Amino acid sequence: MVQFTLPKNSKITTGKTWPRPEGATNVRKFQIYRWNPDDGQNPRVDTYFVDMDTCGPMILDALIKIKNEIDPTLTFRRSCREGICGSCAMNIDGINTLACIYGMDEIKGDVKIYPLPHMPVVKDLIPDLTHFYAQHASIMPWLETKTNRPAKEWKQSIEDREKLDGLYECVMCASCSTACPSYWWNGDKYLGPAALLHAYRWIIDSRDEATGERLDDLEDPFKLYRCHTIMNCTKTCPKGLNPAKAIAEIKKMMVDRHL
Amino acid sequence: MRYLTDRKRAEGKGAAGTGTEHFWHMKMSGVGLALIMPVFLVAIGRALGGSRAEVLEAFAHPGMAILTGLVIFFGLRHFANGAQTMIEDYSHGTTRRILIIAVRILSYGLIATGLFALAKIAL
Repeated sequence: MVQFTLPKNSKITTGKTWPRPEGATNVRKFQIYRWNPDDGQNPRVDTYFVDMDTCGPMILDALIKIKNEIDPTLTFRRSCREGICGSCAMNIDGINTLACIYGMDEIKGDVKIYPLPHMPVVKDLIPDLTHFYAQHASIMPWLETKTNRPAKEWKQSIEDREKLDGLYECVMCASCSTACPSYWWNGDKYLGPAALLHAYRWIIDSRDEATGERLDDLEDPFKLYRCHTIMNCTKTCPKGLNPAKAIAEIKKMMVDRHL
Repeated sequence: MRYLTDRKRAEGKGAAGTGTEHFWHMKMSGVGLALIMPVFLVAIGRALGGSRAEVLEAFAHPGMAILTGLVIFFGLRHFANGAQTMIEDYSHGTTRRILIIAVRILSYGLIATGLFALAKIAL
């Protein structure tokens, strides 16, 4: 059955409160989830105080400042700092988003930061995305063709190219899938909004010749039909994409095949 | 601990090849019920407060009997499909299979009981 409470060794305890920066007048409180697989302790929430006068405007700026100046053991992923790589996805103030493009002015009160929900944690704010990436690989995220050689090149009309807008921009940050209750309860089988959005991106591609096989691979009560149009995915997507619509389009294509 | 590759774990046993029919039936019965339920509720409302003989007479009317039969049949089929979806969401393994069988037995049992009672009243 679904677990509605955390296992005993996952219950979050109160962690360390780090000292306030001396002489700072514009201070913001950060409460950050910490878990170290090597110390055998339960997860905890540490409290940090950041001088906002010497900090950049984004959540990732504060995390980097904490790591550089307060606690070098704080662990998180980051890379591009401009919402392209998807590395710094985490749960900030109850919303799955990218720390690099989420402004601190969007949060009222204390800033609470947790790893993406319902994923195994590697350490601190780093979730294990192994299964998520394997699910993405399983939808064959590449152009599949049967015509050996096109006359000259794989052409695509402007109209067909426009169908890919709102799909190709996905950076696979996993914010949507980890916001989806269906993915929480059945993530082992349900592909989740991110993988399904990518599946639709290749299904709808005018150059792809494996549409039938792609739909066959998705025709399953769990892989596709666990989506109940809850729309958390669309609400949380930091890139403003609409995975729920892509999933609905796949369902429409499935029905079209039967009727 | 099983030494499976990540890809094998993600693909599992592959696609079942079903699901669309269930999805489409839910949509169809949902739309159908949205159309007939208001009519049924109005008809029930009119019969409320009457004597036993008057209520039996109301349900014996062909229109009302057919409407009630449709509500019983499609309503409980919709319930069975919806409950199955809910069970698949929240339970796993053998529990899931037992609960799905139980809800099917309950639904079809209620359909049979309802239609039998309706036939006794209307015929």
